[in-house]
Amino acid sequence: MSDHILLPGDPLSSAGDTGPAGGAPGGHTLGNSAMGRFIRNNLREYGMFISLVAIGLFFEIMTNGTLLRPLNLTNLVLQNSYIVIMALGMLLVIVSGHIDLSVGSVAGFTGAVAAVLMVQWHCNVVVTTLTCLATGALIGAAQGYWIAYFRIPSFIVTLAGMLVFKGLALALLGGQSLGPFSTVFQKLSSGFIPEFLPKIGHYNPSSLILGVIVAAAMVVGAVRARARYQRNEIDVEPMPLFIGKNVAVFGIIVYLATLISGYRGLPNVLIIMAVLIALYSFVTSRTTLGRQIYAVGGNVRAAALSGIRTERLTFLTFVNMGVLAALGGLIFAARLNTATPKAGLGFELDVIAACFIGGASAYGGVGRVGGAVIGAMIMGLMNNGMSILGIGIDYQQVLKGLVLLGAVCVDVYNQRRA
Amino acid sequence: MSTILEMRNIAKRFGPVKALSDVSFSVEPGEIHALCGENGAGKSTLMKILSGVYPAGSYDGQIVFDGEERRFADLNGSEALGIIIIHQELALIPLLSVQENIFITHPPGRFGVIDRDAARVRARDLMRQVGLTEAPETLVTHLGVAKQQLVEIAKALSKKVRLLILDEPTASLNERDSAALLDLLLAFKAEGLSSILISHKLNEISRVADRITVLRDGRSVGTIDCRNGPADEDEIIRLMVNRDLEHRYPPHTPLIGEMLMEVRGWSAWHPLHPDRQVIRNVDFHVRAGEIVGIAGLMGAGRTEFAMSLFGRSFGTRISGDVIMRGKAVDVSTVSRAIAAGLAYVTEDRKELGLHLGNEIRHNISLAELRGIARHGVIDEIAELRIAQDYRNRMRIRSPDVQQMAGRLSGGNQQKVVLSKWLFTNPDVLILDEPTRGIDVGAKYEIYALIQQMADSGRGCVVISSEMPELLGICDRICVMNEGRFVGAFTREEASQEKIMRAIVRSTSDSMPISTIPSETASLAVSSLAAGAS
Repeated sequence: MSDHILLPGDPLSSAGDTGPAGGAPGGHTLGNSAMGRFIRNNLREYGMFISLVAIGLFFEIMTNGTLLRPLNLTNLVLQNSYIVIMALGMLLVIVSGHIDLSVGSVAGFTGAVAAVLMVQWHCNVVVTTLTCLATGALIGAAQGYWIAYFRIPSFIVTLAGMLVFKGLALALLGGQSLGPFSTVFQKLSSGFIPEFLPKIGHYNPSSLILGVIVAAAMVVGAVRARARYQRNEIDVEPMPLFIGKNVAVFGIIVYLATLISGYRGLPNVLIIMAVLIALYSFVTSRTTLGRQIYAVGGNVRAAALSGIRTERLTFLTFVNMGVLAALGGLIFAARLNTATPKAGLGFELDVIAACFIGGASAYGGVGRVGGAVIGAMIMGLMNNGMSILGIGIDYQQVLKGLVLLGAVCVDVYNQRRA
Repeated sequence: MSTILEMRNIAKRFGPVKALSDVSFSVEPGEIHALCGENGAGKSTLMKILSGVYPAGSYDGQIVFDGEERRFADLNGSEALGIIIIHQELALIPLLSVQENIFITHPPGRFGVIDRDAARVRARDLMRQVGLTEAPETLVTHLGVAKQQLVEIAKALSKKVRLLILDEPTASLNERDSAALLDLLLAFKAEGLSSILISHKLNEISRVADRITVLRDGRSVGTIDCRNGPADEDEIIRLMVNRDLEHRYPPHTPLIGEMLMEVRGWSAWHPLHPDRQVIRNVDFHVRAGEIVGIAGLMGAGRTEFAMSLFGRSFGTRISGDVIMRGKAVDVSTVSRAIAAGLAYVTEDRKELGLHLGNEIRHNISLAELRGIARHGVIDEIAELRIAQDYRNRMRIRSPDVQQMAGRLSGGNQQKVVLSKWLFTNPDVLILDEPTRGIDVGAKYEIYALIQQMADSGRGCVVISSEMPELLGICDRICVMNEGRFVGAFTREEASQEKIMRAIVRSTSDSMPISTIPSETASLAVSSLAAGAS
């Protein structure tokens, strides 16, 4: 499943195996029909995907089609990219049995650092970006050190980090906003992939072609994986389900690509996001590193007795989180075209909620990249949809809170029944 | 003759497992009655029934206290009559003061408001009775184990104790503190208090007990009266271990070869009690094809020895050498120990051995991920093949290897753990209580697997508290007690009596002074100094 792990199709395409977290119980006792069995065994993953589609459709109808207008769809991507990117790091942190409350502050702080470097010191984009990512890594290392080697609960360390970096961002900016950034830097979040081909109507053909290629690659990957599993006599999902799923995935991606190419094409940040999602899916599901993170989160003492260097791994998940928080902060700053002391406020809540809505377990050891991405998209869709509908920020929060609680309750209920 | 307590024909089952099948004994007023028996003989279960932890109705038989049949619904029922139990793991709250601990359930005062002055006065009085001179405000965590034990006794006294039950009270005390505790028990006896002393230290028992009841396999097999003369230790041992050895072990002819692993001068100290040396300068070796047993009672240091050896997973200030196939190896971390050819199958399968929420195949590969990956990328198909192969060879009964480990029975879980360690291709496997919590049929399979591993040229070390098991499968049995090896027997010479004798004869009191390691001596001196100050 290495080669079809982009975007929303992921949780579905993994139905043949249950992944490192293994959400599915042995199905031999349940149901008679193969189809029913597969749906039941992968209820969580199908359920999450179906929820995302349902929420999308709901807002599409309620907003009279505003939601999926090319402009709004583009905005949706731009608004949520940094949440999705940070959710990738947070997923690893949560899977390894920890939490990071500081990501919002760290994102804000690195945005401030970028502004100081670029606006006040006139550093170029590359130097600024690298310095900021390194700063993020350093912050992650500083926090991870206490958590991993001194066994201080991550909740406390990162709560402290949240205060510290919120304060440092404020101090660095002197309480003022700082901007604007160079146009090259702005392209990070508000640029679009270059168009070489002539426009067809108002469609950008390169973006459309790229979308179709990605969708086709995912389907081809799924078909090849299925064949490989069958050759090795591993259970695969029933043919009708497989076809239905892949047609749906292909259709949705191509449809969205068509929509988005009707505005200004694929945003740069969507490419960054897609590459990172693919990378983290691969690392978590197919590498020894990923396997070890799940092992540490699932049973840290058994993992240690299996020769896994649990402290180092915990440390590294926080370093990684720091880098991704910094990247999120850069993208956010580039999008606003200014660094403000308030940047990053409350990001940690959206990011953590995305992971839990996406099926990660608060006890560690369980959670998938695809789930976290869907969770982030559900949060983003709700933010955007409710804003279009004119629902105030007050009730938006109430509803988001209830969705988070509901999603986790359904998850726990399903697990208990299994 | 009057009795204060009589337990008649007590029987207790846990599901299909019979913990107690028929236990009867009685305690007279002002008597110290000792209960002894092997691990798992049923001592603790019996005391939980007596104290109401297992309520009336969950067991068969009668408890008669003060001439009346009693049916305790919970701990409070027995405590109201003055039956107080002090467990081996002390039930004190470390960050509360001595006085607060003594009156934790029944503080003096009115309407839920604690009268602190009264508590202090009464606490000081109770503490004096047990020989504690500390201030009642001292936090329990600042006291040593011996003094904490005394706090427990003071707590019992505060509840108007009439029958005091002590479960292995001296297990973690040094000789001097043990002696002081036993003297205290004798002093209480002179005042008419009855007590039940659970202990496996026969020298202690014979010093203070009036009568000794021996439990074996959930039955009371005899009561020895020692008021008219000291008890015969051999008789106690014979009662403790006399058991038929059925054909529960697969026949096996060992093929013992070259020296595989030698451990020299191994020492380790307790991580939380830095003045306690848990492993005392021991030597050990295993040959290829050999199954070596380590016998000993709970707390003898067997698991601590194995885990300190396996990547320093237990203990601090570990020293000593490990030589594998003639070469000194580094076993300072778990991954280095694995690389050196060592594997440790834990006694606590669920907590330390398995990822219960993960699939069988992921459990099997976890300790040797390099074996299924290239450049850090896992080959799922290879992993699956390997897992299926082990499932067939080890006869793990599951629909497939995608089954969650947590859904398997104990025996099958143990086979998964064994598969996991065999996949690391170790030279020496240390198996800690490999058949704990496993039914008889699966035990036989595990024994056969251990023998197969030995026959393939590996060295196997089996730690077990079940002596018949060690006698049944081991080519050599080393006996451990108090962090030292105190005896070694070949398969031909070993017997339960000899092992038990090696253990009880080696307890510190009866040892000639010259053989006590200097650490112990200095320990005794330092605790003496601490006591004097």
